[in-house]
Amino acid sequence: MIASERKPLEEILGYLDGEKKVFVVACDGCSAGCKVSDPEHIAETVKELGANGKTVTGMARVEMVCNAGLSALMLMQHLAQVNEADSILVFSCGDGIQAVAGAAEKPVHPGTNSIYFGGFQGLWRSEAKCAECGNCMLDYTGGICPYTACSKSLLYGSCGGPKDGKCEVEASVPCGWMRIYDRLAALGKAERLKAMPPLRDFKNMLPVKERRRSSLYALEYVEAEPEASESKAG
Amino acid sequence: MSLREALATQDFTITCEVAPPKGVDMKHVLEEAELLRGRVAGINVTDLQAAAMRVSSLATCAMLKQMGLEPILQMVCRDRNRIALQSDLLSAYALGIRNVLCLTGDHTVLGDHPEAKPVFDLDSVSLLRAAQGLIDGKDLSGNDLEGKPEELFLGAIVTPGADPVEPQIYKLHNKVASGAKFIQTQAVYDVDQFARFMEKVHDIKVPILAGIVLLKSAGMARYMNANVAGVFVPDPLIKEMAAAGAKDKEAKEKGEKANNVVKTSIDITARLIRGLRPYCAGVHLMPLGWGHHVPAVLEAAGV
Repeated sequence: MIASERKPLEEILGYLDGEKKVFVVACDGCSAGCKVSDPEHIAETVKELGANGKTVTGMARVEMVCNAGLSALMLMQHLAQVNEADSILVFSCGDGIQAVAGAAEKPVHPGTNSIYFGGFQGLWRSEAKCAECGNCMLDYTGGICPYTACSKSLLYGSCGGPKDGKCEVEASVPCGWMRIYDRLAALGKAERLKAMPPLRDFKNMLPVKERRRSSLYALEYVEAEPEASESKAG
Repeated sequence: MSLREALATQDFTITCEVAPPKGVDMKHVLEEAELLRGRVAGINVTDLQAAAMRVSSLATCAMLKQMGLEPILQMVCRDRNRIALQSDLLSAYALGIRNVLCLTGDHTVLGDHPEAKPVFDLDSVSLLRAAQGLIDGKDLSGNDLEGKPEELFLGAIVTPGADPVEPQIYKLHNKVASGAKFIQTQAVYDVDQFARFMEKVHDIKVPILAGIVLLKSAGMARYMNANVAGVFVPDPLIKEMAAAGAKDKEAKEKGEKANNVVKTSIDITARLIRGLRPYCAGVHLMPLGWGHHVPAVLEAAGV
């Protein structure tokens, strides 16, 4: 899930400066879960736009705006309203905004900031986060990701910063490496702290085709050839 | 005499740190370093400490080297990736610097440019490994070097007052295994606690220097207790500083000059040095702006 928050109204109005009519797109997925694009909050936002002299020519909800196919379909289904508008204002995560911008011929404005969650939480919300580093270290750390649990993403133990088990960056955040130590100690495997696994390979963060995984809803992308090692579906 | 030689031959070794300026006026830091000539075996230069932008440790160490002093380059991993860090190790060596203290570094958000991108491509342990690799003639990618920095003398830190202390001890073993040849600790104020720590690391074979931050006020001590991880100033010392502060305030109100706080600070530090002496290879002083009092401290401590 990609978390988002609505941009401040003044910022949105700044984007709409010089424009009178706008078509609103709202996502029924992640951003609705974040109380940004759910019907109640969209209604509030539309009201605020009206109060500031903007006319909303129409509003469409899309199950997952990030799905470019669904978003293109939605734009076609609302063609008249979209054409009447000066621009499209999208309330979804950054993926969705880009999907609409790719499909539309009108300018597209972001209505949200997608928030960094410190890693991917999975399609269903969970405590843990995955940095998608491409070389999983969980065996060394008793099953706690050092890259996401540690604010500095350290790999060889905690820094000198933790105070009372809390991270120097934010007092509400437990030190990731203290958690790892406690977990390893509970497993009777504190000796693992002596291991020095290989350094992180940041090439793994490059957005090349080989590193993409198709998602269940990526109707718009078809893999050119099936990858033999692809035993886990995305 | 190099730091390496000093640690190998001296009974008790003293090092001290200085901090470069935020700006290009190097006068003060060079004066502070000059005061230490002949009194300490090495002068640490902090590296963008507390994530505050200032002149680099590397540039300052190069200047100290030119002055005929023995600098200890501190390197943190917050601001530079592995390419820049290895480069800085080679560059330091080319400028005549030999001693390097390898640190992870405070997070960017704690400093004066909190919006900056934190790097941490390496950490203290992997920086030591990278440095040892260079000493052995190869960079992190396995490339051969045109000239090896063979005389690099690597150091690391440990926090004896950390709670729990076991993770620190594991990491200390990793640091030594990765190439650290000397250790400077975070500030200690409790001799018994330090003695117990030294007992736990009795199998660490490299010299350990106990760190002491000069107490400048009772308030500073309380601040450290509340905010600095692993540092604990016991109540009796805070009371001493508070009493001295009160005396100075009284004198000031009468229009008189008094130096009780400074005298007490020097006295406390000297006592700590003498108390810690049986347990360690030496002491690392962190004056935090009171570098001009260090000669008095050393004299009072008899070192």
